[in-house]
Amino acid sequence: MSAEANMKANKQMDPELMRAVEYALAEAKGAGATAAEASIGMESGLSVTVRNSEVETLEYHQDKGLGITVYFGRRKGSASSSDFSKEAIADTVKAASNIAKFTAEDEYSGLADESRMAWNYPDLDLCHPWAVNSEEAIDLAIATEQAARDRDARIINTDGVSVNSHRGTHVYANSHGFIGGYPTTRHSISCTVIGKESDTMQRDYWFSTSRMASGLESPEFIGQKAADRTVSRLGARKVSTCEVPVIFSNDVSSGLIGHFLRAVRGGALYRKASFLLDSLGQKVFPDWMHMREEPHVLQGIASAPYDSEGVATSANDLVKDGILQHYILDSYAARRLGLESTANAGGVHNLIVQAGPKSLEQLISDMGKGLVVTELMGQGVNGVTGDYSRGAAGFWVENGEIQFPVEEVTVAGNLKDMFLNIAEIAQDVDPRRNIQVGSILLNKMTVAGE
Amino acid sequence: MSKDLDVAKALFFEPTGLEMNQLESTLGSMMSHGGIDAADLYFQHTRYESWSLEDSRVKDGSFGIDKGVGVRAISGEKTGFAYSDDISLSALEKSAQTVQAISRQGQEKSILVPSGLVQGNQLYAPIDPLGSLNEKDKIQLLESLDKEARRLDPRIKQVMVGLAATHDVILVAASDGTLATDVRPLVRLSVSVIAEQDGRREIGSSGGGGRVPYSYFLEEERGLSYAREAVRQALVNLEAIDAPAGSMTVVLGPGWPGVLLHEAVGHGLEGDFNRKGSSAFSGRVGEKVASPLCTIVDDGTIENRRGSLNIDDEGVPTQCTTLIENGVLKGYIQDKLNARLMGVQPTGNGRRESYSHLPMPRMTNTYMLPGDHDPQEIIKSVDKGLYAVNFGGGQVDITSGKFVFSASEAYLIENGKVTTPVRGATLIGNGPEAMTRVSMVGNDLKLDLGVGTCGKDGQSVPVGVGQPTLRIDGLTVGGTSA
Repeated sequence: MSAEANMKANKQMDPELMRAVEYALAEAKGAGATAAEASIGMESGLSVTVRNSEVETLEYHQDKGLGITVYFGRRKGSASSSDFSKEAIADTVKAASNIAKFTAEDEYSGLADESRMAWNYPDLDLCHPWAVNSEEAIDLAIATEQAARDRDARIINTDGVSVNSHRGTHVYANSHGFIGGYPTTRHSISCTVIGKESDTMQRDYWFSTSRMASGLESPEFIGQKAADRTVSRLGARKVSTCEVPVIFSNDVSSGLIGHFLRAVRGGALYRKASFLLDSLGQKVFPDWMHMREEPHVLQGIASAPYDSEGVATSANDLVKDGILQHYILDSYAARRLGLESTANAGGVHNLIVQAGPKSLEQLISDMGKGLVVTELMGQGVNGVTGDYSRGAAGFWVENGEIQFPVEEVTVAGNLKDMFLNIAEIAQDVDPRRNIQVGSILLNKMTVAGE
Repeated sequence: MSKDLDVAKALFFEPTGLEMNQLESTLGSMMSHGGIDAADLYFQHTRYESWSLEDSRVKDGSFGIDKGVGVRAISGEKTGFAYSDDISLSALEKSAQTVQAISRQGQEKSILVPSGLVQGNQLYAPIDPLGSLNEKDKIQLLESLDKEARRLDPRIKQVMVGLAATHDVILVAASDGTLATDVRPLVRLSVSVIAEQDGRREIGSSGGGGRVPYSYFLEEERGLSYAREAVRQALVNLEAIDAPAGSMTVVLGPGWPGVLLHEAVGHGLEGDFNRKGSSAFSGRVGEKVASPLCTIVDDGTIENRRGSLNIDDEGVPTQCTTLIENGVLKGYIQDKLNARLMGVQPTGNGRRESYSHLPMPRMTNTYMLPGDHDPQEIIKSVDKGLYAVNFGGGQVDITSGKFVFSASEAYLIENGKVTTPVRGATLIGNGPEAMTRVSMVGNDLKLDLGVGTCGKDGQSVPVGVGQPTLRIDGLTVGGTSA
């Protein structure tokens, strides 16, 4: 490691955590491990829940954990502990080493390549502590809830408003000599309210999340948005079974892209447990679609300078002109597939699907007749076959306009076809999510109802 | 149980120098802070391990320890909560100071000194399952499932096996005089296979477990039977055609399809939602909410079951609670807080994922009692419909009552006969309404094999489900074939 990078790293890293991982790696070496990696983290936070203008829960969080993986040649073992004392760390290394005596040799096992380590990584400005005390958090929550109640008389109950502020720090090190760490913060306000009309109730929510308190939406906005969303669902009904175009609103469109990411992940590919085998360089989406990973967005909600194996991350095209540019790989899956790690151990970091020029309203107008899905339920997604069948709620569209809310229906298709049948993507990207994508219009799905 | 107390003392007190009277004094100081109605301390020590196999080799194993204490103070409907992984008097006192701030004023109260240990149920042996088999035999067990699956059919191209055990020791002390301990073993063995034929690939999964030693999987070839079941499902799915779409008569097989009851009924009857009036079942005790053929219970007292507990996480012995009797809603499942606020007795359903989470009303083993019909008769009664025998998970919106659960193995019923297998499809309905359309209940009650995990508010706990064969007239099936 260069002296400069070392200084930079030392400045950001928690000294207690640094000492603990260095001790863990030394113990592993002492035990005869040929390689080792350790990851350690501490998190503290405050969560306040308010309901009917009264505090419901006040929770103080304080979590910590250490995980170590040791390699004896091609054998591997892992262990974890919440105790950072020297004795506990030594015991943890011992437990991992003991496991490695029994696991089978795996020619692909080991650390990521030394040359790929993030020896000099950028500061992504992810830590902005919020000096909020419990009383201030309670006041914010009360104001949010009040805004929801004031918005509409049909909001007759609430499921509470929570205000959360978390601060964490984390260090990763391995026997290549790589050590990295940085603090992060994450704050959020979320509001869930219940509306009633005749005899039926509906519930919906809104949340805001940011690395910085100043990045949060206002209590008024959050409360009103939660109320509007809830009230809009009142009077929902089923529709008849049909084949129609479907819009996945930006509430659920990131989940759809998430199924794509899981299908091109190394683990699913080498196990042949994916409906997108051998899709590298193939057309997976319409040729106007592009997706880019931007791991270094300052203050980004999923930004990271290196992945969970210490491999330096960088901006890259995942899909260009509808064609898959690379798989999503950690070093293990990469070796198994004869490829290079894509710095995706632990997942993607800020995946941005290029937005289209139109608003959601224009998409609805283009659709003419069909279903806008705003909520999905259940786990009816088969990653091996791509078969997709999930419970849905949303709005029925005719003549290019929303007619009434819909519930108790399913939407079904096959993901492989669904991806190729994406007709348009709106500009309404939801910036709160790791996967940032606007509402998606699909040409045709089966909607099952009455 | 006093043996459990020795185990708990050896883990929580001996290494830390803590003493029982310090627990009482901590609780006492919290209660003397004005306005606190109840307080409790939850000590936990958990050891866990997991082993996994792919490519016919066990390449991964992990082991972990987590321990700590959760401290809770309740004032009316307000709860203050803090926890620490440091089990010591100073950490306890610091947490107590923090959480009692939930109340700013009110009457000082005192604690009831425990008169003895809570006598819980004795549903499982207080064993350490991690040590119940040596490492070589654990590896061999995983390998035996892989061999069995591959031996059964050359179309099996991939086998993944996972083995896991938890040894969980808890001690609860509360201001109401509760002192309770439990030693909770839990093991799980699961297998997934992928079958391939003419370029088509399908998955099949099975597994089981309970509060038993690992030897459970060796007895009666149980582990091997999971491999056989996974293979059978994958091969069935190779032949599956598109599932139908629309409302139709559905026959659910016995056992795991009881996830229907967990979603459609169970969650909606949890005390917290009903106290807050946010459930579609709120305020409906005494009303008819299901067909008279339905009697549904939540039973935490079945021996060795995954969802069973000797005591819940508030030290209340578990029980068998009737939720719905002959179609009429009888009551809710409760933890102490919600029971007190609703003026009813706790039902032994106060559960938490760990010391770092707050307890809530949660299910244990939820199932429907058997009826009179022969399962074959039920299938024969259907002209055209769906027969669903295996499911993945489910989900419910307790406020609107809408629930889903996803079939992983299902068949068409044509003219009273089970015919062609169909692809997985999600079934959707409205809890209080769907249960009124149960028109036949089989005499073949079965519980699941012991792999269920329930999630609520981000907390996972092990649960069980079960049911006899059921006929439901009119449930929406989310296939693609109109």
